[in-house]
Amino acid sequence: MTHGNEIVIGLLNVVIGLAVLMAAAALLTWIERRLLGFWQDRYGPNRAGPFGVLQVVADGIKLLFKQDWIPPFADPVIFVLAPAISMVTVMLAIAVVPATPMIGIIGNLNVGLLFFLAMSGLGVYSVVLAGWSSNNKFSLLGGMRAAAQMVSYEVFMGLSLVGVVMLAGSFNLTDVVHSQRHLWYVVPQFIGFVVFFLGGIAETHRLPFDLPEGENELGAGFHTEYSGMKFGMFFVGEYIGIIVVSAMTTVLFLGGWYGPLLPPFLWFAIKTGFFVAFFILLRAALPRPRYDQFMAFGWKILLPLTLLNILVTGALMLAGPAI
Amino acid sequence: MLSSLVTLWYTFLHLFQRNVTVSYPDEMPYLAPRYRGRIVLTRDPDGEERCVSCYLCAVACPVDCISLQKTEAEGRWYPEFFRINFSRCIFCGFCEEACPTYAIQLTPDFEMSEYDRQNLVYEKEHLLISGTGKYPDYNFYRVSGLAILGKDKGEAARERKPIDTRSLLP
Repeated sequence: MTHGNEIVIGLLNVVIGLAVLMAAAALLTWIERRLLGFWQDRYGPNRAGPFGVLQVVADGIKLLFKQDWIPPFADPVIFVLAPAISMVTVMLAIAVVPATPMIGIIGNLNVGLLFFLAMSGLGVYSVVLAGWSSNNKFSLLGGMRAAAQMVSYEVFMGLSLVGVVMLAGSFNLTDVVHSQRHLWYVVPQFIGFVVFFLGGIAETHRLPFDLPEGENELGAGFHTEYSGMKFGMFFVGEYIGIIVVSAMTTVLFLGGWYGPLLPPFLWFAIKTGFFVAFFILLRAALPRPRYDQFMAFGWKILLPLTLLNILVTGALMLAGPAI
Repeated sequence: MLSSLVTLWYTFLHLFQRNVTVSYPDEMPYLAPRYRGRIVLTRDPDGEERCVSCYLCAVACPVDCISLQKTEAEGRWYPEFFRINFSRCIFCGFCEEACPTYAIQLTPDFEMSEYDRQNLVYEKEHLLISGTGKYPDYNFYRVSGLAILGKDKGEAARERKPIDTRSLLP
């Protein structure tokens, strides 16, 4: 009986979690444009429905009714597969994020952190395959950039989390949050926090690190040839990616659902929302770096910094009682 | 790195600034009186048509959107028809500058969209307004002209006396 209940609760978590995630990602397209508007002293979409919320619906209808065009020179199987990978990997990645001890699909997975890194690593395939199968110079260049960028930033992202894992003593994300009951890891692991967030921006290839898309050099980069809902899937994948990275930052560094007064889920949502808004602020404010500057920044600054961070964390843990 | 953070902060502060957007159909923007919009034909203070069909506007028009025909009545010239094709007009205002009688004028109105292109061809009855436009006191036939043989300045039948510029001094 209890076993049956567990299955029902698990299924409910999956269905509701997925629905909420998709709704949030769709809504985020509107929120982003609204916020970008305000940060550029204009309104953004405010026509459809109250405050323009129905813009989401309008965009969805538009994307669904666009011609679903596969160029004759493209490799059709991979061309269709790529956007699906983009969405599936990020949606799998969110599965291991515990919103609260109860809410979350497999928040208790004993290798949750590794699973997240693996899924964001697999996400590289979507852009590379999209660029490759489009059989188009811009797409291919975008795909190559994406591959190099995501693989190299994956390194720092993974290494920046080693400090957290050392302090928490677990790959289980629920345990990581539990161990932040008294002190959020953003304080002892500040460098790790910064590097992880930068890596997260690079992983989701969002501005200012959207070099794979770089519209002024590459048209639209890897999704130049995509139209209709296939383009929409890349789009939604990108937005879910933002939510995933924000949620992971919250869980790993900002103490997840811990906070005074408000219920745990609300705290989680507020912290995640803060990072989502910060993603958008980054897009509004910062220009895109040149590709070589971007790679040099990663390998010459972030990598030594993360290694130093691991070294110091380890030394402190050995020297004194656990921080 | 620091400058990036400063940029972020200043961009964030824009959240609390007024938007520069004028949400146009709900909120009409102010257009200057000299705005170059819809073209009108004006009348002089006596209510007569100012246009003397000199064709200068049609000549000045870079896109040839003005078409008119001269006719004569009561000792002066009138346009028999006066037609502006607003689907061609680029609102450059050259016609207004070329007009010797201030007849043709551009107004601060631009809402003249049509579903049918033919409706953009305005005839004289659409163009002619009852007022004087931007020059309320101007009447071409009353401005004192030049002195010619047998007629001094301001001596002709409908001419006003020339303005004594010295009397205008403070």
